[in-house]
Amino acid sequence: MSSRALSERPRLRSPGRMKYDKARQTELLLLPERVVELNEAAGAILRLCDGQRTIAQMIGELETKYGQSGLENDIVEFLAASAERGWIE
Amino acid sequence: MRPVSLPYALTAELTHRCPLRCPYCSNPVELQKRENELPTDMWLNVLEQASELGVAQIHFTGGEPLLRPDLELLVRRARELDLYVNLITSGVGLTDQRASQLAEAGVDSIQLSVQAASAELADSIAGFPAHELKRQAARRIRAAGLPLHMNVVLHRANLHLLEDIVELCASWGAERLELANAQYYGWALRNIRQLLPRREQLQEAEAAYARAQERFGHRIELLWILPDYYEEFPKPCMGGWGQLSLTVAPDGRVLPCTAASDIRTLSFENVKERELAWIWRDSPSFNAYRGYDWMPEPCRSCERRELDYGGCRCQAFLLTGDARAADPVCVRSPHRGIVADRVHAAAHGDAGLSAYSYRGR
Repeated sequence: MSSRALSERPRLRSPGRMKYDKARQTELLLLPERVVELNEAAGAILRLCDGQRTIAQMIGELETKYGQSGLENDIVEFLAASAERGWIE
Repeated sequence: MRPVSLPYALTAELTHRCPLRCPYCSNPVELQKRENELPTDMWLNVLEQASELGVAQIHFTGGEPLLRPDLELLVRRARELDLYVNLITSGVGLTDQRASQLAEAGVDSIQLSVQAASAELADSIAGFPAHELKRQAARRIRAAGLPLHMNVVLHRANLHLLEDIVELCASWGAERLELANAQYYGWALRNIRQLLPRREQLQEAEAAYARAQERFGHRIELLWILPDYYEEFPKPCMGGWGQLSLTVAPDGRVLPCTAASDIRTLSFENVKERELAWIWRDSPSFNAYRGYDWMPEPCRSCERRELDYGGCRCQAFLLTGDARAADPVCVRSPHRGIVADRVHAAAHGDAGLSAYSYRGR
């Protein structure tokens, strides 16, 4: 994913869905024949993939949320891997 | 022993009744009758217990789950519990009205089965004129705004038509297609002479699969489920016994997998008598093959045991009479000869369609 893609608005690939799982206290990505257990950062990023926010906006929100800067590379890399796995479109 | 994990998925076999009579049906040979099926309130209770236990995904299946008039109610409750809802159906009985009711109740994904690319062959496999009804069901699923996922069981009579089947599913608008080579339990084991393909057929099908990926891969996600009789090592069945998922049969018995009732040496608990959480964590049947302590040789000292858990317990029982034995698919199993004999018989036999032993309805 190049830097031009910062204006893209990724969303979870239908019919995937996110769920916060109380029993495991973790975010899950639910897919038709699969359940993916996510770590906190992955869950936080995928939660923002709503087709409305641009990647640039997501980076801004996550940097504010975690009180950190310089998250762009990690987030863009994770989104590229997620697209590769068919989780987002 | 490792601590017991939480189940991700529950397969709810709402009924064994089905208009189709496929000779590889995954239901047990002894089908449960309607009067033994759990009533609605008990299924609602199972859904609640499952959600509490950590289940995130529910597969409503059968038999044909559309035969249950309470299906929409169960779907709605599952969604209220924030479960991901899959419906696995033959499509028979899916009217416009039911498709829109199910979508409205919150079905996340529907998996529609198909038997072959032409109605004539498909209907002879299913033992019922279902193919045209399936075409209509596919259209209705899409019209209801649901993504269409499909599956086909592959065997001797349709494996050579794999590309046609992929083309058909793509033309019906499927976004995903499971190409599942038949697994030999229950009904399929009864019909193995008619179903098990020859090795060359399988090699041709693998080439056809690669071509289909090339032609249709951009518009339909294809999944190839391996035919384990032709592998050297067994499949890591169910991700390990009692590790990832559970099945509730129509009569309320709780099984580690849909084929497990074939294992006559185990008795399975019922949701009518026990809490689901107790059955998952503490019942003798779910603990029978957890971890590695139960394993005899050659699995016990095998470096692959953490990859495949010794393979499938049901297959071990059905072929050797001992559910603890190494899955006979494994080249290291002393019983590999049983699988090899069947593969050999497939290479030399030429059984026709007419000889299927069809399941009852």
